[in-house]
Amino acid sequence: MACALLLFPLAMAGITFVAPSNRRRPWLLPLGALGHLALVGWAVLGCGHPVSGLGGWLALDALGKVVLGLLSLLFFLCSLYAPGYLTLRAERPNRVFCATLFVALAMMTLVTLAHHLGLTWVAMEATTLATAPLLYFNHNARSLEATWKYLLIGSVGIALALFGSFFLAYSSLKAGLEPTLLFGELIASAPRLSPPWLHAAFVLLFVGYGTKMGLAPLHTWKPDAYGEAPGLVGTLLAGGVTSCAFIALLRVYQICHASAEADFARGLMVLMGLVSMAVAAVFLVRQRDFKRMLAYSSVEHMGILVLGIGLGGPAVYGALLHLINNGLAKGVLFLSAGNIHRACGSKGTEDATGAIRRVPLSGALFLAGFLAITGSPPFGPFVSEFTIASAALGSGQFVAGALFLVLLGVVFVGMGKTVLSVVQGRPAETADAGGFHDGPGTGVPVLLFMALVVLLGVYVPGPLEELLREAAGAVEVRR
Amino acid sequence: MAHAAEPVLILAVALNFVALGVSRLRPVIHGVALQGALLGILPFLTHPEIGLRGGLLVGGTVALKGLVIPALLFRAMREANIQHEVQPVVGFIASLVLGAVGTGLAFVSASTLPLADEHTNALVVPASLSTVLTGFLMLTTRRKAIMQVVGYLILENGIFLFGLLLVEAMPFLVEIGVLLDLFTGVFVMGIIIHHINREFAAAGTEQLSELKD
Repeated sequence: MACALLLFPLAMAGITFVAPSNRRRPWLLPLGALGHLALVGWAVLGCGHPVSGLGGWLALDALGKVVLGLLSLLFFLCSLYAPGYLTLRAERPNRVFCATLFVALAMMTLVTLAHHLGLTWVAMEATTLATAPLLYFNHNARSLEATWKYLLIGSVGIALALFGSFFLAYSSLKAGLEPTLLFGELIASAPRLSPPWLHAAFVLLFVGYGTKMGLAPLHTWKPDAYGEAPGLVGTLLAGGVTSCAFIALLRVYQICHASAEADFARGLMVLMGLVSMAVAAVFLVRQRDFKRMLAYSSVEHMGILVLGIGLGGPAVYGALLHLINNGLAKGVLFLSAGNIHRACGSKGTEDATGAIRRVPLSGALFLAGFLAITGSPPFGPFVSEFTIASAALGSGQFVAGALFLVLLGVVFVGMGKTVLSVVQGRPAETADAGGFHDGPGTGVPVLLFMALVVLLGVYVPGPLEELLREAAGAVEVRR
Repeated sequence: MAHAAEPVLILAVALNFVALGVSRLRPVIHGVALQGALLGILPFLTHPEIGLRGGLLVGGTVALKGLVIPALLFRAMREANIQHEVQPVVGFIASLVLGAVGTGLAFVSASTLPLADEHTNALVVPASLSTVLTGFLMLTTRRKAIMQVVGYLILENGIFLFGLLLVEAMPFLVEIGVLLDLFTGVFVMGIIIHHINREFAAAGTEQLSELKD
């Protein structure tokens, strides 16, 4: 079963690569995504027995189920958007683009399944490599610059995570145990691991996977990459790749927590979470490029995720719920921003104005997406951010809780100015209209994302809540 | 740790200085190729009982780090038609000095690390740390894209050295995966360098400065 989850997207990548027609090839994406979603649905909900493979190296635990479910759903909705988008870009060959989308899906699936930290590392680096060609889809100087930075900063960051993984294995060797990187064995022997090596390992792994998440100050690749990537790639990066890096980091945190070195890790996560939110807030105020704005919003929300984990207790549940809310809301924002970009021929606030008149559906969804991501009710992120804030205040962590709320306010004001100037006003005369209008192909997937964000705002389904509670319990496991 | 490994480690560290102090690309790539190949054979010297599986891995590492990846770099160099690093952020002499200081610190600090008893006098740890530092220095101070890739390779070599202490913990599949990722990474970077060269008529990263806030 675990192997099928991996091999199916890889097989689809092969089929997509040999498919001859540039016009019909994109339709393989929703087909393959539906197959993956069905497999994931069966693995998460359907089959009663635990999913594992390769002699314990692959296993689907509660945490993996949360991230894998989000990933598969995200990919499916993006794949619905892809044919409409690629029809508009009929002049560009899409063979490599479509095939690497499936390879990226396979590698992200592997990250969620891997229960060997070496394998996690291999899959995370492969995810970086598989997404690089997606960024370069437009083949121009700006996308080239973005791809180079993404590839180099991502690879170097993740090289540090490999160093950290070695340190982690060394901490078991120093303790007189058989050195290992198997997740289950590390959790079991966590209390005996050598503390100095464990600390060093956590710092390196935090820096490494934090770079892939885009936590400040390791986020420098992010505005460039998200600013230049096509909308659906932006969604997969901001909702998928970052979530994979987050689960990789959580696995390490689980080991730290089980070893009774949790305070050190928690302090670091609270600090870096708040720093990320603050840096994002600074760059969000007066941001004149609305796609780069979304990148800084992603930096902010990655900060919220690690902050929630660091605060502990009920905030861990909030952070995991926020992982889902953030991924889905980013789908609304990136896809509608892509539509507005296409309709206005610009992503700067000088030229891109009056979106709601030019593309009413995308304009309205962009505005609603902004309200959702900044934590306004009745959308999903409100629930998760409220959970984190009340957990912080309820557990007496007043400074962190107050800073969290203040920074959320600053971000709301900063983002609001940019978003409103894009949505409102008259369409600029100078802007190249390009003849793009909202259609079902580029509109319906965004509506579906929005519907899910609203749903999670008013009602978290019972099985999902149960799964999130189980995952949150596993994150804070004690030996 | 077997004594046969020590001269090899010293040579590998010395090659760091070639990479730091030489401006011509060709000797630098030869240097990093030799360093990769030397590191590839190290498991044989430290764990002679390594067997068929290890033998395969040694062969694969030497072929990839010593031959295939350098060949990719030479191709990228030819296509981009560049021979030299020009005006690095930190000059070559200063780089050498920084490298020497970093290596010295690595050797001093390694003796204070809480290493396991069997590793307290091993050269592997300081060699690993100084190579990682060298890689970082090259990544941050060189302007030519190929030189940055060389820096990345040196960084990986340093991490690989530390991995030697843990040969038992790293299963075959993972080591192959790491090598495959490294190869694919350099391959993709090579393609991007080719495109940078076509787009800007020079494969330097100083032109990559349009995107900023």
